[in-house]
Amino acid sequence: MEAMTHSSGRRPAIRVRGLHKRFDEVKAVDGIDFDVAYGSVVALLGGNGAGKTTTLSMLLGLLLPTDGSIEVLGQDMLQDRYAVLGRINFSSPYVELPYRLSVEQNLLVYARLYGVPQARARVRQLARELDFGALLGRRTGSLSSGQKTRVALAKALVNEPELLLLDEPTASLDPDTADWVRSYLEEYCRRMGATVLLASHNMAEVERLCDQVMMMRAGRIVDRGTPGALIRRYGRRNLEEVFLDIARGRNGGHEPEAARLPEDPTHGGEIDGAAP
Amino acid sequence: MTPRQRTSILSLRRIGALILRYWYLLLGSWPRFVELAYWPTVQMILWGFISQFFYTHSSWVVQAFGVLLAAVLLWDTLFRAELGFSVSFLEEMWSRNLGQLFVTPLRPYELVLALMGMSMIRTLIGVLPAMLLAIPLYHFSIFELGLPLITFFVNLMVSGWVVGLIVISLILRNGLGAESLAWLLIFAVAPISGIYYPVDVLPGWLQPIAWALPTSHVFEGMRAVLIDGVFRADLFWNAVGLNVLYLVIGTAVFLYVFRVARRRGLLLQIGE
Repeated sequence: MEAMTHSSGRRPAIRVRGLHKRFDEVKAVDGIDFDVAYGSVVALLGGNGAGKTTTLSMLLGLLLPTDGSIEVLGQDMLQDRYAVLGRINFSSPYVELPYRLSVEQNLLVYARLYGVPQARARVRQLARELDFGALLGRRTGSLSSGQKTRVALAKALVNEPELLLLDEPTASLDPDTADWVRSYLEEYCRRMGATVLLASHNMAEVERLCDQVMMMRAGRIVDRGTPGALIRRYGRRNLEEVFLDIARGRNGGHEPEAARLPEDPTHGGEIDGAAP
Repeated sequence: MTPRQRTSILSLRRIGALILRYWYLLLGSWPRFVELAYWPTVQMILWGFISQFFYTHSSWVVQAFGVLLAAVLLWDTLFRAELGFSVSFLEEMWSRNLGQLFVTPLRPYELVLALMGMSMIRTLIGVLPAMLLAIPLYHFSIFELGLPLITFFVNLMVSGWVVGLIVISLILRNGLGAESLAWLLIFAVAPISGIYYPVDVLPGWLQPIAWALPTSHVFEGMRAVLIDGVFRADLFWNAVGLNVLYLVIGTAVFLYVFRVARRRGLLLQIGE
């Protein structure tokens, strides 16, 4: 992996401007702007229907926006997404790998789709690192939730992505396995300098992993900042209480100053703003 | 390990990866594997006995005992080609994997090429045993058609892919509620393709529609070889021209529906 692509720092890894998505009369995403700096871990939080999955889908190129622009790793996703799809990956507990294939078969297919050289060796390496070597011959459909999550994570890492989009990376995992997955992700980001954008409902996870948090409600980003800054700004003890305040509209239901982009969005520092 | 930074616009590796996936699926279920050859074989046996009966009662069949058998084997080629194409796509829908595939560098037309490749593999697995079994059972070898057999086979494969493209476009647009089209739509083509009887048997108003189908030209060509002993180049080229035209239209329709699917979020919401 070329270091330049990870740490050039001149442009953000993700740059979104004026992004809208309407399904008939429903505004799923309503004019959002944000940047994600190279090498940072950023959370996209919000209740059900807030627009997180729609946003992730547009970033992945699965969904065309109604309006706005998306730049990922320096490429315009609406014009030239194939230039970047090989350098990113994603994982979601709601999108499973085909059940009837063995774990190794599933991962081999994806390794080849991503053009990974020595695909079988890469799959075996991931199986060792993620501790599921004994499962390689098992049918994917026969795995437990925790095992499936490890395999899904291996699929998301098979091409050594520079940018990882994760939807609920530890959903339905027991605390021990969830902690193990978080540690692995931290280690991966450190080692590879990778950028992560994750959607999660687990606030403890977000506090632990993320440099920045963006709060979404009704298709808009209603607040953003570091976990610590948000907790202080709302006068709460933890991010979960902040989440509840925002989800229930206790921030006044409008985008405060802090929700605007900082002047230099690539610096990765705290974004200060007025308390709601 | 250095993943490719730029991806080629057409990658045999990605197409091969998908074909490998469908091959794994096929190998993973022996009933599905056996079923591929089951129906063509049963059809061939059934029509073989019917042909034997007619052999002693019809002067037309006496001229070419193999006409009905060849017709049923080539019809199965068409049917299996379409089914092999559509069912491989349905595998992605059933496993809700389409969204996951299209966040890789896979292009939609590479998916189409992979479906074509797998369709050819499934058709050969399905039809070859029946073709071979007809030799000891009825002393009829379709391989005696020689070179024309290859032209018939290729044309019918392409016709099957065209119907498959329409089927998967409708399924992508309308969800799995439309999956039965994979088995139904091809039978709408059968009565007017002159499979078991010449096109001039059809009512006059229906004949232009029949001649607009490449399949009619293939089956008429087959009868010309078996009954008159001549290879009709005009029928062959008509079939090729129509197949190319419909293949281009079918591909364009699929790519259009794929874009609509991206606009409406259908790649994420695959279901009934």
